[in-house]
Amino acid sequence: MGDKKTGWKELPEGDILEGGSSLKFKTGNWRNRRPVHILDKCIHCFICWISCPDNAVRVDSEAGKFKEFDYDYCKGCGICAHECPTQAIEMVDEQEAEK
Amino acid sequence: MATLKQLAKREERFVSGHRLCPGCGAGLIARMVMLAIEKPVIVGNATGCLEVASTIFPYSSWNVPWVHSAFENVSASLSGVEAAYRSLKKQGKIDEDVVFVAFGGDGGTYDIGLQSLSGAAERGHKMLYVCYNNQAYMNTGVQRSSATSKGAHTSTSPVGKAIPGKGQFPKDLASIMVAHNIPYVATSIPGRWNDLVNKVEKAVSFNGFTFIDVLSPCRLGWPHEPSITMEIARLAAETCIWPLYEVVEGKYRLTFRPKEKKPITEWFKLQRRFAHLLKPENQPLLEEIQKEVDTKWEALLKKCEG
Ligand code: SF4
Ligand code: SF4
Repeated sequence: MGDKKTGWKELPEGDILEGGSSLKFKTGNWRNRRPVHILDKCIHCFICWISCPDNAVRVDSEAGKFKEFDYDYCKGCGICAHECPTQAIEMVDEQEAEK
Repeated sequence: MATLKQLAKREERFVSGHRLCPGCGAGLIARMVMLAIEKPVIVGNATGCLEVASTIFPYSSWNVPWVHSAFENVSASLSGVEAAYRSLKKQGKIDEDVVFVAFGGDGGTYDIGLQSLSGAAERGHKMLYVCYNNQAYMNTGVQRSSATSKGAHTSTSPVGKAIPGKGQFPKDLASIMVAHNIPYVATSIPGRWNDLVNKVEKAVSFNGFTFIDVLSPCRLGWPHEPSITMEIARLAAETCIWPLYEVVEGKYRLTFRPKEKKPITEWFKLQRRFAHLLKPENQPLLEEIQKEVDTKWEALLKKCEG
């Protein structure tokens, strides 16, 4: 009793993580199918870009053009291919694509 | 409202490398919500799939200040941060306009976090609360929550001889939030990006507590084919089991009216948790659920007209 209580400034800090650091963790090796872009069919609508939960669709925002898939992070869910209005994305077997 | 090309020029504040399942609705929702806001943002995250998968030590997928405390108290924690910000602003130590966003799953929002949610709403903290509602405790093994649909199979409402899935209809949380007299309440889906982005833009423009309940398809717990995450969310709106509307200062407005209201079986048949409902012996239960959906939809239409 009578001990001075610990003030908030003396309490240990919680874990502090570096913002955006998960970019160092590549999730591309989760994938068993990969999206492949068919440029001829693409109308550069960016639907695939907004539809990716993993932000693995790269676009040139200045030129307003689809650029590429980022296979470092793409998990192969296939949402982009399903949502593309012109069927400009095809899902292919990862092992076939690696060959 | 921002176009896709405008959104693509913004900085990503919820970045790649998170460990949500492939095709997860929560990842889509987090990205879209963060893209919709241009001002500096501080995020609070209740325990749940999104928090667990986006901040696995020592990594974080959040490019903004982000705080996690526990399952039940994201609204309280973020209230504290927002109150501190207001104090610092009053003292002239900060002059930036900062937006506060809390994310919670249905477990952390409808169930465990309901009291802190209610408290923050009643005190009127200036923040947007986004519930990414996947309709069960997916992160801990698909246990039912008060947001789970009636008839759904979960690990704590297992379909078998004793019961045909969950026995209760989901809690109407949007109405509970409307009853708090807050300036803005809405429902949304990630399947219509413009619906969600528009509502987030609107919500953060109010000077008070705002709430958006976003249906979050879960390929693991519903389960469904991962590529149809957005489509299955749209189907929920088209069958009216998850109508899209907003309530601005108490006034209801429908934000999407299906051209033709589809039967709920269209939504059920894509999810294994409802497979038993399509069997002949469960026809009465299916009809009961359809009737409830119809009644709720009619009541909503009335509120929107009134
Ligand atoms: S959704 Fe299809 S058409 Fe649109 S930018 Fe992507 S690949 Fe091109
Ligand atoms: S397959 Fe899925 S993860 Fe890969 S780019 Fe398309 S939407 Fe993104």
